[in-house]
Amino acid sequence: MALVTPSPIRTRRNVELILLVLAVGIAVSAYGYLGLATEGRLPGDMVTYGGLLAVFALVAHAVLRLRARYADPVILPIATAINGLGLVVIHRLDLAEKRPIMESFAMRQMIWTGLGIGACVAVIWFVRDHRGLARYTYTAMAVGLALLLLPLVPFLGRQIYGARIWIGIGPLSFQPGELAKIVLAVFFAGYLVTARDSLSLVGRKILFLQLPRARDLGPLLVSWVISLLVLVFERDLGSSLLFFGLFIALLYVATERTSWIVIGLLLFSGGAFTAWTLFSHVQLRVAIWLHPFDPANSDNAYQLIQGLYGMASGGLLGTGLGQGRPDIVPFAESDFIAAAIGEELGLTGFFALLLLYALLVERGLRTAIGVRDGFGKLFAAGLAFSMALQIFVVVGGVTRVIPLTGLTMPFLASGGSSLLSNWIIVGLLLRISDAARRPAPDTSALNLPIAPSAPPSSSGSSGRVTPSGGTPTEVTP
Amino acid sequence: MSELTLTLLRLGFLALLWILVLSVVAVLRRDLFGTQVTRRKTPEASVLRPARRRPPASAPPGNAARTLVVTEGSLRGTTISLGQAPILIGRAPECTLVLDDDYASGRHARFSLQAGVWMLEDLGSTNGTFLGRTRVENPTAIEPGTPVRIGRTVLELRR
Repeated sequence: MALVTPSPIRTRRNVELILLVLAVGIAVSAYGYLGLATEGRLPGDMVTYGGLLAVFALVAHAVLRLRARYADPVILPIATAINGLGLVVIHRLDLAEKRPIMESFAMRQMIWTGLGIGACVAVIWFVRDHRGLARYTYTAMAVGLALLLLPLVPFLGRQIYGARIWIGIGPLSFQPGELAKIVLAVFFAGYLVTARDSLSLVGRKILFLQLPRARDLGPLLVSWVISLLVLVFERDLGSSLLFFGLFIALLYVATERTSWIVIGLLLFSGGAFTAWTLFSHVQLRVAIWLHPFDPANSDNAYQLIQGLYGMASGGLLGTGLGQGRPDIVPFAESDFIAAAIGEELGLTGFFALLLLYALLVERGLRTAIGVRDGFGKLFAAGLAFSMALQIFVVVGGVTRVIPLTGLTMPFLASGGSSLLSNWIIVGLLLRISDAARRPAPDTSALNLPIAPSAPPSSSGSSGRVTPSGGTPTEVTP
Repeated sequence: MSELTLTLLRLGFLALLWILVLSVVAVLRRDLFGTQVTRRKTPEASVLRPARRRPPASAPPGNAARTLVVTEGSLRGTTISLGQAPILIGRAPECTLVLDDDYASGRHARFSLQAGVWMLEDLGSTNGTFLGRTRVENPTAIEPGTPVRIGRTVLELRR
């Protein structure tokens, strides 16, 4: 036998503050090391930039203390640490490319960090209860699909390096697919929480698989077709994979049926094979992945090969920030920032980074387990899974595990839309985790007194017909 | 800046990164176990203490039962001293007597003191609460010495 005593629930905001100091300290010391390694002295603006990052993080921390006291204590420090490290690496690549400070990627990334944390704070402040989002299930579907297909609108969409996933107004450009990810997670969670019973309970069993009815396959097929449309017209492998993977994962979480994963993987393989036979850009990606060192691919595989050589020269402990040559890799500050980290911080630093990501995803999934309502469970699981899938696709592409696709490392890679939407995800996860960890309201007041089995003589005046003689209605909270 | 100092600083920075990772894990390690589970090897003659707020000193007057004893099941030998407070029985951790019994519901049944008499009440359990062979439908007064069956567990009130 076992005696189970729940330990008192603590907010752990002080632990978060300590971890935040450590996280900002990592970014500041990386910046300081970069100055020592490249110029032989500490950079003069170290205190300014470090202070700015600290102010951003502390504002978010203060809002958590005010509005979400029970939120998970490690999500914010991890996001701050990865964001700060990304800022330093982007600045390091700016130095190598000798970009002027006002046009540098690091400056833009700093501005977007401020905007992102502002969005995170706004989410925590204005979304009082995540269950309110479930009301916008079908609005979210419309908005999400519109965002996903927005780059296809003539004059608004922009095709950059083959992929049509940007929209541009004047000099500003934005990737609406990043926000679509969040909005569609709202839709999938809201839809599946109502539809999951019919999706999981009915159907025939063949061998070990409980197969769903044909008509229940509808939503799955619709999402498959949309992801193929994205692949064909926007030429973006990453978004299409992310969109379909998110739906399959949430179907599995909602129904606990392995058959959905099997069906989803079959559909994915079919779609991937068809895309491979029909489209040259998909064939090219696969050829680069399988035979990067083939002389026939030498032009196209240049980026991937330079990234691999970079990581190889980093070795176990890395060349040190500012002492390697990650700038040789094209787009080292966005697509290949993982390779830049692998080169300058080595396998040791790269694994630390991957563990930080893993812990962030784990906290999201833990929140999904802890939260009490079905919508919150699916929503948190969807947000955490989309982040995990994105990291797998990027790191897998850079390390040649899977073909290279155009997704970004959350918080790390240079790019405003990605940073903004990931901070919104963090805000939502913090909000849901507050609901998950908040102690349940005290129900001891609901323990109603029990009426004796023989009804008192005055009970007839209540006019209630009770065949069993006045059994009280039991309140079971 | 000498090569050696830079190398040391570089290793120090990697160490700092891992310190963050490990301290996050340490925070989670303490955070993960929300409940404290105490395993007990000898269920015989062990005494389950009532909750802190219910001192046994406030025992009811008169000839009402003073202890609840488990006579059969995996918790055999467990006794609970009775005060004024109701005793909730089931598998849920918030119960006074937490049963490790597959046939019991989360919140299965409740003993409560009504005018000096202990009443037993089934809380809508799946498999029912039995007095002998009869299923308890309504709150029923329980005399000391009457066996009450919940799943595989049999309880009895004692004076």
